Amino acid sequence: MRLADKGLIDRSKLVTFTFDGRSYVGFAGDSLASALLANGVKLMGRSFKYHRPRGVLTAGSEEPNALVEVLDDGQQTPNTRATVQEIHDGLVARSQNRWPNLRWDMLSINDLAAPFLSAGFYYKTFMWPRAFWEGIYEPLIRRAAGLGKLLPKHDTADYDRAFAFCDLLVIGSGPTGLMAALTAAKAGRDVILAEEDHMMGGRLLSDDGQIGGMASADWANATIATLRAMPNVRLMPRTTVVGAYDHGTYSALERVGLHVAHRPHLPRECFWRIVAGQTILATGALERPIAFRNNDRPGIMLAGAVQTYLNRYGVAPGRRVTLFANNDGARIVARQLMAAGVKVAAILDSRPVASVIEDCPVYIDARVTDTKGRHGLTSISVSHAAGSMEVETDLLMLSGGWNPLLHLTCHQNGRPVWREDIAAFVPKPGMIPGLTAAGSANGVFSTAECLAQGRDTAAAVLGLADLPDLPHAEAAPYAIQPFWAVPGEGRAWLDFANDVTVKDVKLSAQEGYVSVEHMKRYTTQGMAPDQGKNSNVGALAVLADATGRGIPETGTTTFRPPYVPVSIAAMGAGGRGVGFAPQRFLTSDQASRDRGAPMIEAGLWYRPSYFPKPGESTWREACDREVMMVRQTVGVADVSTLGKIDIQGRDAARFLDLVYTGTFSTLPVGRVRYGLMLREDGLVMDDGTTARLGENHYLMTTTTAAAGQVMRHLDFVHQAYCADYDLRFISVTESWAQFAVAGPKARQLLNSLLDQPLGDFPFMSCGEVTIEGVKARLFRISFSGEEGYEIAVPTPYGESLFRDLVARAETLGGGPYGMEALNVLRIEKGLITHAEIHGRVTAFDIGAQKMIATKKDCIGKASSTRPGLTGPEREQMVGLRALSDQPIGAGAHLFTPGDKVNRENGQGYVTSVCYSPTLSSWLGLAFLKDGRARHGQQIRLVDHMRKTDVLCEVCDPVFHDPEGGKLRA
Amino acid sequence: MPELIAKTALSGQSTTHAGTTLAEVNLGQITSIACFPGQMAAVSAVLGPFPAPNTHADGLCWTGPDQAFLIGRAAPDLTGLAATTDQTGGWAALRLTGPLAVDVLARLVPLDLRHMTEGQAARAPLGHMQMVLMREADSFLILVFRSMARTAWHELEEAMQMLAARKAL
Repeated sequence: MRLADKGLIDRSKLVTFTFDGRSYVGFAGDSLASALLANGVKLMGRSFKYHRPRGVLTAGSEEPNALVEVLDDGQQTPNTRATVQEIHDGLVARSQNRWPNLRWDMLSINDLAAPFLSAGFYYKTFMWPRAFWEGIYEPLIRRAAGLGKLLPKHDTADYDRAFAFCDLLVIGSGPTGLMAALTAAKAGRDVILAEEDHMMGGRLLSDDGQIGGMASADWANATIATLRAMPNVRLMPRTTVVGAYDHGTYSALERVGLHVAHRPHLPRECFWRIVAGQTILATGALERPIAFRNNDRPGIMLAGAVQTYLNRYGVAPGRRVTLFANNDGARIVARQLMAAGVKVAAILDSRPVASVIEDCPVYIDARVTDTKGRHGLTSISVSHAAGSMEVETDLLMLSGGWNPLLHLTCHQNGRPVWREDIAAFVPKPGMIPGLTAAGSANGVFSTAECLAQGRDTAAAVLGLADLPDLPHAEAAPYAIQPFWAVPGEGRAWLDFANDVTVKDVKLSAQEGYVSVEHMKRYTTQGMAPDQGKNSNVGALAVLADATGRGIPETGTTTFRPPYVPVSIAAMGAGGRGVGFAPQRFLTSDQASRDRGAPMIEAGLWYRPSYFPKPGESTWREACDREVMMVRQTVGVADVSTLGKIDIQGRDAARFLDLVYTGTFSTLPVGRVRYGLMLREDGLVMDDGTTARLGENHYLMTTTTAAAGQVMRHLDFVHQAYCADYDLRFISVTESWAQFAVAGPKARQLLNSLLDQPLGDFPFMSCGEVTIEGVKARLFRISFSGEEGYEIAVPTPYGESLFRDLVARAETLGGGPYGMEALNVLRIEKGLITHAEIHGRVTAFDIGAQKMIATKKDCIGKASSTRPGLTGPEREQMVGLRALSDQPIGAGAHLFTPGDKVNRENGQGYVTSVCYSPTLSSWLGLAFLKDGRARHGQQIRLVDHMRKTDVLCEVCDPVFHDPEGGKLRA
Repeated sequence: MPELIAKTALSGQSTTHAGTTLAEVNLGQITSIACFPGQMAAVSAVLGPFPAPNTHADGLCWTGPDQAFLIGRAAPDLTGLAATTDQTGGWAALRLTGPLAVDVLARLVPLDLRHMTEGQAARAPLGHMQMVLMREADSFLILVFRSMARTAWHELEEAMQMLAARKAL
């Protein structure tokens, strides 16, 4: 029911939305919950386990009951709290965890079966037969007990993420937060004020009190206006700080676009990482319910929440109201309701001694013993000092006291301490370095005390002397006497969200789960989306009572991030699909795509797989053609992805001798040498060629995959072992576009483009040339076994050179070749890639032991001589030639023919395979026990994955041109 | 004689959202100058003052210990004093100008750029990419690996679009 002239909503703006298919009207500024209450809708959800009808309990993000699904532009967001969701034109929300509808839910049969469904019931009930648990029982239970549903598709909406920095982060904009922010801001500090709600002001927007002679909401607005005008203040409404991490780093979730209909590019949420010099936790406190029989009906709400609906939204959630409280503070709500013309039927005060002077009947030493009303409260049963009675009421307000909202202080394993006088846990100083709790979050509850503590805490943590004056405000006492649960029959709810009752907690204690951590896990109390915000202290008080201990001895479970549910999409903003990692494109990328080449990922790079020609229907046809093209005419491939490191200095040669197994100080200028690099543990790290461009100038190449790793390794070696060397190196991978030109007509192709024809340029030479007017570097190296060159031009010329080379190659009967052909060519030649040097092989294993120079030391040399890293027991690299036409696959295992195929008899494994059009046979590279001694023998290749079993001949890995005559031609 | 055609990574494209402009720019020649041990003073004598860490001035930008990029002019002969390497084609240069620039970069760079002043520079990540960042009078100059230029463009433009949409709220 909406009240006239109350609330901070904009009555000039009507907003239409739907809930469960029915259209409603609210005002701008309404939450979904306030708008539904204004429309008389009390039933908003069904409980998790028993499917009990539920209404809204709170007015904030801690809401355990009113969880709905919001549908927006193809998105379906489950477990949205109706208390947090702002209404907007076109908002579509629907209830969840019910079938066929919210009023008539078939699974509410669970509620009748409640005696069998106590905590831990499924562990006891569904034990037999054991095998049924995973396949049958668990899926059934999960379907019956559950909340919102996710759509099984990608969340394609926009999400944002951002970093922020400040001197002071103030979390919460109630009296404490506003005063803290104002104090710091006036001293010129860089301040961020984060507020979960879309309106700043916190409790001041709800409490209808006076500050400095004006209404508290007006004082809040004036203060916010002052802050907004200051350039050193950033106000962050709709932003929940959700985690506290090391070094003053906080994560926060901002709801950016969830309060309006979908718009292009408007992010739904933004995930912030905020780094703060100091932080003031001014999050306030959360009210606690009281447990009694059937205390979960729609129409039973926290008193503070009713105050919010009344003063902030101008909604009276009931017509005949009762209050059940254990403190003085809650009575203000009853008085405000009466002032607004709402009937208050009774105040039920649990304390034996309390004032009875109010404008309505007051009963002391009172207990609510039961309630009635299936889809909405109709009456309550009460016992009190002078007897018992039934009271007709449609809104029962509860106040069991307040818990300081200290969640963030627990995020680094700190535990709060119990304060007897306010019957609540409060933070200990220093639980999070640089974070200080103030105001209600620190256990002070009057507005005057909050204002003072906000100001003084800011002054203390920032070392400020010049402080603003404190406005005058109320300082009424809180006067609480703990009261947790009304004893008696029936189910009394503690954790509404997970359907945990007083009985469940007692059962936990009875079955020996007396530690609060065990109780939590046994009953699932505190494990629902509200993470125990409404139930933790109540549940442990019941546990303390059941085990005969005090609350401080019982202790409390603590809190982990995030404070409220955070969508994974927000945390991973920008990282979905290809956004996961940068994409690296070659200068030839468009030219390859123009020719229809499918691109494959090689690390972050995209490389052409093959270049299909008209009439070719499979990749194999294209690949076979490209291989034969290189063997017979000429092929062009972009090899720019290989790592290139420019190394200069008087000690460059010394440095290379240290990191490579081979000797590079003896390499003549203008020559290239193959190098093998070991890790510290003596196993192979990477291989590549290094060219000597000048006396003190080398150019190292690495494999594509290990470019970053090698650069890091060189940096480490330089800094840790030879920082005094006259040495500088830098990656030039991106500076040069490099193309392999391979085949018998390679020289002819190059000469057609080079400004000066190539003279004597033997295998493993390098030198400067000019090509079409551009200075280039030419290397005579081969990864194919044919006469091969690699020509490098500055990257801006890469695309141009690739297109020119390919066009001329085609004239000569050649063309471009892709990764598939490149792989076949190198397997035919027995050349390794990281498929072979996968991190577990030694130089000995790949037959390169002789490459470890004896006359000098190198990194990994000593380790490589350790026992077990050489010898006949090692699996050594061999070639395999299939003895039938059946395809073979990498990853297959090798067995001696006649042996049983089992793990113990394994002789090795296959790392690379190809169909060789050159040799008309399937070939493989493999690691085989004592393999080099087994050339000529037969071996059985078994692939359990692909269901193949092929006999192969073991041979030397170099199948094609073993003498190397072709590449030296 | 035919000549090879030179291209920048993004063909000089530009885009504007809510008054903030992202544009690929051609900075001309870029040379890495890495002083050999003990030679910084000698290098400065030839080149002009070697930039202090996290600064840039007069076409020289600090890029690492004893290392700077010389931008927009040819490198003099520094044989024996510094290792010089041509980095011209290795980087894509993007200039971000306008009221949203700081907020756009706050999406991708974990530094407090609100207080970065003209002449300051940084090596910092841009999303998951390496970056050389230079604060100019009215803009930020961003250098990323040329091969990653499309990703950098995409991430920056997406941030611009989201901020523009947010501004329009």
